[in-house]
Amino acid sequence: MKSDIILAGVGGQGILSIATILGAAALRDNLHLKQAEVHGMSQRGGDVMSCLRLSSDPIASDIIPTGKADLIVALEPMEALRHISWLSPQGRVVTSTVPFVNIPDYPDQQQILDALAELPNVTAFDMDEVAKESATLRASNMVLLGAASPYIDLSPEKIEAGIAAVFSPKGEKMVETNIAAFRAGRAKALSL
Amino acid sequence: MNENMPTDCYQTKVKRLLLGDEALALGAINAGLSGAYAYPGTPSTEILEFVQGNPIARDRHIHSHWSSNEKTAVEEALGMSFCGKRSMVSMKHVGLNVAADAFVNSAMTGANGGMLVISADDPSMHSSQNEQDSRFYARFAMTPCLEPSNQQEAYDMAAYGFTLSERLRIPVMVRLVTRLSHSRAEVVTDSTATAENKLQYPDNPRQWVLMPGNSRIRNRQLIADQVKMVEESATSPFNRLIPGTDTSLGIIASGIAYNYVMECFPDGCPFTVLKISQYPLPRKLVSELFDKCDRVMVVEEGQPVIEQTLRGLLDTTVRPVLGKLDGYLPRTGELTPDSVAEAIGKALPSFAAKHAADTPHPSDLIAGKLKDLVVPRPPALCQGCGHRDVYAALNAALKDYATPKVFGDIGCYTLGWLSPFNAIDTCLDMGASITMAKGAADAGQHPSVAIIGDSTFTHSGMTGLLDAVNENTPMTVIISDNLTTGMTGGQDSQGTGKLEAICLGLGVDPAHLHTINSLPKTFEEMKQIFGSEFEYRGLSVIVARRECIQTARRHAKKG
Repeated sequence: MKSDIILAGVGGQGILSIATILGAAALRDNLHLKQAEVHGMSQRGGDVMSCLRLSSDPIASDIIPTGKADLIVALEPMEALRHISWLSPQGRVVTSTVPFVNIPDYPDQQQILDALAELPNVTAFDMDEVAKESATLRASNMVLLGAASPYIDLSPEKIEAGIAAVFSPKGEKMVETNIAAFRAGRAKALSL
Repeated sequence: MNENMPTDCYQTKVKRLLLGDEALALGAINAGLSGAYAYPGTPSTEILEFVQGNPIARDRHIHSHWSSNEKTAVEEALGMSFCGKRSMVSMKHVGLNVAADAFVNSAMTGANGGMLVISADDPSMHSSQNEQDSRFYARFAMTPCLEPSNQQEAYDMAAYGFTLSERLRIPVMVRLVTRLSHSRAEVVTDSTATAENKLQYPDNPRQWVLMPGNSRIRNRQLIADQVKMVEESATSPFNRLIPGTDTSLGIIASGIAYNYVMECFPDGCPFTVLKISQYPLPRKLVSELFDKCDRVMVVEEGQPVIEQTLRGLLDTTVRPVLGKLDGYLPRTGELTPDSVAEAIGKALPSFAAKHAADTPHPSDLIAGKLKDLVVPRPPALCQGCGHRDVYAALNAALKDYATPKVFGDIGCYTLGWLSPFNAIDTCLDMGASITMAKGAADAGQHPSVAIIGDSTFTHSGMTGLLDAVNENTPMTVIISDNLTTGMTGGQDSQGTGKLEAICLGLGVDPAHLHTINSLPKTFEEMKQIFGSEFEYRGLSVIVARRECIQTARRHAKKG
């Protein structure tokens, strides 16, 4: 088993929580894991990217080579495109279509979505909406994790156990909310 | 983990997911650490933070309070080592410049209890001013240097480094880089910690007093000890010659660069590889490698430290050396698996041909459009940040001057250079706002304004302020006090609650020391104070205060 995943978004969106949860799930599954993230200056509303590698064999590099990522998982459509050169020929992009506009020159939103639609394997939908319907807006990162989960070689039960492990210190209600968002995201992705 | 380990050993081992920073910190705690010292700085901050949150460290009352700067931190750690206990000090690479006096001279005093000096380099400058390579400092000071290639080695090297330090009686540098400091992996750790050292004074007390007569004796010893250090490197478990069958190339790969080389050969590397994670360079292993192959490529993260050593000034090595100095590898920025694969491909066209992409890449489909559809998203000051209000008032107060100059400093407020504020003219190093503003005022600049954060002020601004006090330099210092060390994530700031007292103590005229809250509603008041102090032709200090929005939110949550 091997999954090389690029996680992308804007600082503060909750991208790194996805990495933490998959990490917790992978550790339970006795998989090898490497996850490189960037702290410091880039977190002040700038773009954030993390390489997450899961494998049943030992992993050499902390960074994924370009053109080799199995998945790009993004909470923001322009951020999905920013890292597109990492995607492997068979790779898939899973992204929310909701733009995060905190710069004056944000490009035309429709053109971004059109460009994404030209790629062979794309799962793109409004994850904020699914989060609001199924749980709470703040859980849109768990909707994203759910939407990406069919393409990661970890069972949904194991990922849910990872969610429980990460959120349980914040109470049972938080665990339920986040698992509900995860399930809704997964169901939506599978229905597309 | 060794497959042949007896099963009862497994029971004392725990697998954990840890950042490189955290692995090193846990390794140190489990190896009997007594004190950790640091000033926050990306990518090293998580080392001390991990110690602060660790239950064993708390139970044992292991020192983990932040220091005022990297120099005080190194000296405090050395004081603990003097007393026979194991200490570590951690900083980012440019912090080692601040601590250089203490570090270089600590090689002269030597260590008593094991001492690790951890310096985290930031190639690619994710959050730094430069790409300096701390390995040069280790060579300069003539100390050993460990450079872990992965999180497990970072963990294991803590105990190893303490032992090495105590065996050689010298502080040992541990060089980290961003991609290890801030990358997580599973690490096999011990479930228990060994006992701390007892208080025990040095058996060579004379060596700790660096008067010239003593220093000359010690200097000879330090140079003689280099032989031992090289021997240690040759037998180190972290330096390995891994034989290959293809003699057309040999590779020296240090630290995390080793991983990128291995990533290029998923089915095993055909070339002999010398993995380097301990310095000084083991001459014996290097010459063994040279004997085995036609030419040698050096792959190292950071500056070409090993490569320059091998080439020498006249490039007279017995075999060709390939690396950063001849363009095989990029001279700037961090290495990537891509740049390493490209370098091997340049040296061996057969490798390049084998790995050429045969399938069109999905991004090719939209390549022409990406330039317009993906624009930079620079970091910015948070909404609700007091620095914003300071800059708004400062810009308004400076509006009518033809050539105002604002000397900036290191912290979140460096972002004030960016749009929409475009408010600062310089950023050099910690504390330089005050001293550069002073030099500019000395040159006749008016208005000459310094803007500095609270933590940066106590780190390195106070001494410069004394210079300005002594000459009553016509300049204005704004201390934008957010009650924390914000940029690195909100660590305690050593001057909190003391800034005005520090300024008065240094001799700032009370009539020209102001405190104001930096809020949207105090805009006019701030602007007025700034404006009237610009017109005072002497030294003024204005403390503009408002808690960091990030730490304020955290405090609100905690109730």
